[in-house]
Amino acid sequence: MTEHSGNHHIMPLKIYLGVFLALMVLTILTVWVAFYDLGFLNVFVAVTIACVKAYIVLLYFMHLRYNARILWLTAAAGFIWFVLLTAFTVSDVLTRGWLPPPEAW
Amino acid sequence: MAETETSHPDHLAHHFDSVEQQRESASFGMWLFIAQEIMFFGGLFLGYIVYRIKYPMAFATGSNLLSIEWGAFNTAVLIGSSLTMALAVRAAQTGNNRLIIRWILATMLLGSVFLGVKVVEYKDKYDHQLVAGPMFEFDADYVLEREAVPAVYADDIDVHDPQFGSNVHLFYSFYFVMTGMHALHMIIGIGVMIWLLVKAYRKRFGPDYYSPVEMTGLYWHFVDIVWIFLFPMLYLMGRH
Repeated sequence: MTEHSGNHHIMPLKIYLGVFLALMVLTILTVWVAFYDLGFLNVFVAVTIACVKAYIVLLYFMHLRYNARILWLTAAAGFIWFVLLTAFTVSDVLTRGWLPPPEAW
Repeated sequence: MAETETSHPDHLAHHFDSVEQQRESASFGMWLFIAQEIMFFGGLFLGYIVYRIKYPMAFATGSNLLSIEWGAFNTAVLIGSSLTMALAVRAAQTGNNRLIIRWILATMLLGSVFLGVKVVEYKDKYDHQLVAGPMFEFDADYVLEREAVPAVYADDIDVHDPQFGSNVHLFYSFYFVMTGMHALHMIIGIGVMIWLLVKAYRKRFGPDYYSPVEMTGLYWHFVDIVWIFLFPMLYLMGRH
């Protein structure tokens, strides 16, 4: 076998260790920042850091960066599905009771 | 094509044309399974989000009763186990059989440490009546003693109100189901690794065939990602 596809990609050890360190730093950061009250930003910051961590794991530990596009599409389909599910449900839950119930004719 | 038809290695199943095709099918199938897993956990996450919006004070109080120290420790352990798993896959890619075994054992060990910590945490919640069910009674004094009610809500909450107690129990129902499902996934993952170890001891893996190690790795990293979201949502967001 002379021809190597993306699936064969062997990453250097350095990248794995760097990814591990980055994830650790982000974990410390998210715990540290949780002790400060940022108001409505609390949830936003925590979720953003979690998304960055998940993205790093997907790219490097799960090799998405070097894999076929179809795998990206599959992973993205799952996440986009979750975003849609949450967006529509939460927009309903949050806006309940904004308008009074319609009067009888 | 002619080359692959003449050489037919042991690890190539007969319904595939080539090792390459077999590998790609395995990857695609595994990613479809992971997308399905996102939907499975997604439902739980959404349920948690909706009830957190509905009962913010009770959920923040319940969250504050969790131990950030144990949660952060477990996060680090799980990230460490993802590293060892990634290194096991790399060892398989480079054909180092001894390292495959060593890194899989390390991953199993770290996974077991995580589950052990979970047992300690569950025991603590069980002892303090933080389980919804007929045998459990909400312990308002414990909540006061731990000063779990966030300061901003202090004036609005009556911890002795039975409705408040059952809402805190609702938080713990989500906690137990979500972390329990996550723990179940880890137990299954560790079970799969026993099978990997058997195959590795028989020297079945090498640069040409390591799909089982790689797919188990994908599964394990996905379980890690679930925890990456569970940790802030359950442990951290109730501070204020």
